[in-house]
Amino acid sequence: MKSTKDIAELLDEPACEHNKKEKSGCAKPKPGASAGGCAFDGAQIALLPIADVAHIVHGPIACAGSSWDNRGTRSSGADLYRIGMTTDLTEQDIIMGRSEKRLFHAIKQAIDTYSPPAVFIYNTCVPALIGDDISAVCKSAEERWCVPVVPIDSAGFYGTKNLGNRIAGDAMVKYVIGTRDPDPLPVQRQDIKVHDVNLVGEYNIAGEFWHVLPLLDELGLRVLCTLSGDARFREVQTMHKAEVNMMVCSKAMVNVASKLQQQYGTPWFEGSFYGITDTSQALRDFAKALNDADLTARTEALILREETRVRKALEPWKVRLKGKRVLLFTGGVKSWSVISALQDLGMVVVATGTKKSTEEDKARIRELMGEDTVMIDDGSPRALLKIVHDYKADILIAGGRNMYTALKAKVPFLDINQEREFGYEGYQGMLELVRQLVLTIESPVWEAVRAPAPWKIPPSITLQHAQNRLC
Amino acid sequence: MADILKRNKALSVNPLKASQPIGGSLATLGFNRAMPMLHGSQGCTAFAKVFFVRHFREPIPLQSTAMDQGSSVMGADENVREGIKTIAEKSRPALITILTTGLAETQGCDVQRNVREFREANPQFADVAVVAVNTPDFTGSVETGYAATLTEIIRAVVPDAKEAGTYPGKRKRQVNVLVSYMLTPGDLEALRDIFEQFRLRPVFVPDLSDSLDGCLTDEDFSPVTIGGTPLSEMATLGDALATVVIGPSLTKAAELLEEKTGVPSYALDHLYGLKANDALISALAEISGQVVPERIERQRSQLQDAMLDTHFMLGQLRIAIAADADLLNAFVDLVQEMGAEVVAAVTSCNVPLLARIPVASIKIGDLEDMEHIGKANKVQLVIGNSHAVDTAQRLGIPILRAGFPLYDIIGGYQKTWIGYRGTRQTLFDLANLVINYSHEEIPVYRSIYAQKPANEITGLNSSKALSCQ
Repeated sequence: MKSTKDIAELLDEPACEHNKKEKSGCAKPKPGASAGGCAFDGAQIALLPIADVAHIVHGPIACAGSSWDNRGTRSSGADLYRIGMTTDLTEQDIIMGRSEKRLFHAIKQAIDTYSPPAVFIYNTCVPALIGDDISAVCKSAEERWCVPVVPIDSAGFYGTKNLGNRIAGDAMVKYVIGTRDPDPLPVQRQDIKVHDVNLVGEYNIAGEFWHVLPLLDELGLRVLCTLSGDARFREVQTMHKAEVNMMVCSKAMVNVASKLQQQYGTPWFEGSFYGITDTSQALRDFAKALNDADLTARTEALILREETRVRKALEPWKVRLKGKRVLLFTGGVKSWSVISALQDLGMVVVATGTKKSTEEDKARIRELMGEDTVMIDDGSPRALLKIVHDYKADILIAGGRNMYTALKAKVPFLDINQEREFGYEGYQGMLELVRQLVLTIESPVWEAVRAPAPWKIPPSITLQHAQNRLC
Repeated sequence: MADILKRNKALSVNPLKASQPIGGSLATLGFNRAMPMLHGSQGCTAFAKVFFVRHFREPIPLQSTAMDQGSSVMGADENVREGIKTIAEKSRPALITILTTGLAETQGCDVQRNVREFREANPQFADVAVVAVNTPDFTGSVETGYAATLTEIIRAVVPDAKEAGTYPGKRKRQVNVLVSYMLTPGDLEALRDIFEQFRLRPVFVPDLSDSLDGCLTDEDFSPVTIGGTPLSEMATLGDALATVVIGPSLTKAAELLEEKTGVPSYALDHLYGLKANDALISALAEISGQVVPERIERQRSQLQDAMLDTHFMLGQLRIAIAADADLLNAFVDLVQEMGAEVVAAVTSCNVPLLARIPVASIKIGDLEDMEHIGKANKVQLVIGNSHAVDTAQRLGIPILRAGFPLYDIIGGYQKTWIGYRGTRQTLFDLANLVINYSHEEIPVYRSIYAQKPANEITGLNSSKALSCQ
């Protein structure tokens, strides 16, 4: 089990502005009135997209049984990550202290069946409580079968999803990054200098990063690894060799960027690929950090070309979305980056959720939306719906968990979280975003579900209506 | 009859099992103004919630005692008491269930004591029924968790006949119906219709067709379930004519109800297939004293006709089924009634029912086991939940989606499987899945002497040749 000291260390993040004050998102959850995941949830979400690794959940069935095969991340090849694996601990295992042994054999079984390049072990509440030493099991399994076995000590009761992200990042820095040097460049390009970069916190939901990756290729930015969308174990190993790291969207895994800076001196910046403005800014930040005049010039040319292209394509949609009012509740991550995307479309963001946002996220939101922005900390369905009504929002943009809350209240909804089916990143992703926004906002179903049944309308109105029609 | 093959590998790959707390939550969600609270860390609840939301496509009331590092080590009694109180204050539900998880049970919780302590300290919430159930996820499955929770709810809220003065038949049209988790909201609606044709008034316990049937209400939002069996109805169960019990997993709950109320019960394993529905209809005719309505007789003969039409596709069809015991048993009966063979039967945990399911062997395991056994036995069709879709794809055969969870289709929760009509539709669905696969195609043979046009022989070029004409 992680000690309170270990956890405190993970929560101590000098790169965060709010490090001095009480950690938001670390408030003690209230029994009977809490929502949100646990540290295991966060750790699994952060690393599961590493597609060729055998991900084993060490615990009884509820941890893996309700959550495997449960996210929208895409792989361009390997698909071992979609195979759910768990030690499925039984009462006997727990009482008789056989769970470590089961884990050891489970690792062997995974290696024998699937020959993965590495095995990740996620620790959960029950084995943490009974004192399984998963690090020791991983170590001896690794020695025995010569396959890296990485312990990710992420018992749910350690804390929030956000902490789980940190734990996951920490494990990568500690056990994986720096264990291999990158391959030589496969394509030699005479005209330009190729730079190695990483993206941290990019999950390739619905394959959306494939809207951006071709642009990075074109600019001569070799992505050594995206942690963790469409990543492979051998890519994660090489992350220490990047010239610059980009933290995508949220600071959940900021410890990876800051540790890489400490240990390898790699600079990092924060950016997002949601929206035209932010996508262009991210590309510019790469050029700036790499300090390559030629790259800067080519980046500007590419931005001009892409922005012109996509703005033209967006024109007919913008008219339809202009002035529409949005309530954005992303549960924290990505708030500010999505705001910029929506403002690009001329939409008005009336309020945004900041429960899990860091202090810095909040500062950026104020910068984007003005000081008197409504920031929502209470994410309960009732509070959300009240704000939708009070601020006359045309649409609620939130995570899938809130989808049916909105639909039951007959409020248009767009899913922005990791389970979604559509990719919104990059210039191209904006086109998909507007299409989905228009699809729901302009749908004829809202009228159909809001109107009462004809026989419940007072007769006089019906009659009038009929007369109007006759005229 | 079946040989039960126990789990023999360390790693569970592509799990079939869903946990006991999920089952307990599901049972709770079938009661009106109810709120399940999982006693564990927040993730236990978050995962369960996502599980249900994806299946039902509905907002799901579900709470957590939110155990953290401190309470996991030092004791979480206060979490349980505080959790109950918070829910009672905020939403004043009719029923709160406290469902333990592996974490709480490993720590050594005593939720029944916590409930007593809450009661003593908070007499103002006497009207809120609070039921604690031990549902750790390191044993059992969704089926056992559901059954255990239903049993405990009956124990807590159905009054003993002696004390309450209830007696069987006081309500001349009422029949209690204990329903297993395998009946969907769509099934329950169909079942209600069948009961009503016998002029009986069924009281479903629990009633997911009233709470999770996908209904738009005038209310924007409710923190607790809307619809489901009202607790006030639970007090009347002792006045019913009879209790119909559907699903062997509910045996214990049924015994308890009969013991408390004296209402005689009729046990049915399931409602899939001709024989099973004949048993239901005979029971209803007996209970109601009515002749079987013509409409039902007509539906029966429609089913018989469908059985004839589909037996060409389903006869000798080699089927793999992965499901919890009640549902597995139902499907085995259904497909065997059609002359199909169950070549792989996989279930998530051992229960008494397994021994009497009429197949050669049943594997307690996961979807990987089904894949391996199925492959070895040349399986032609899979019946399983949405997780099994990938399995079927790897096997290169079609799948009939059934059970929990169904997240890659719309309206799975609403499908009607039961009754003569539901069975008939299921047979059509099964037959349509294999209508083009059920027989082996004979490979084309071309005679070396054949006088076919030249473009047919050159194969690939043929289409090009045609388009040039």
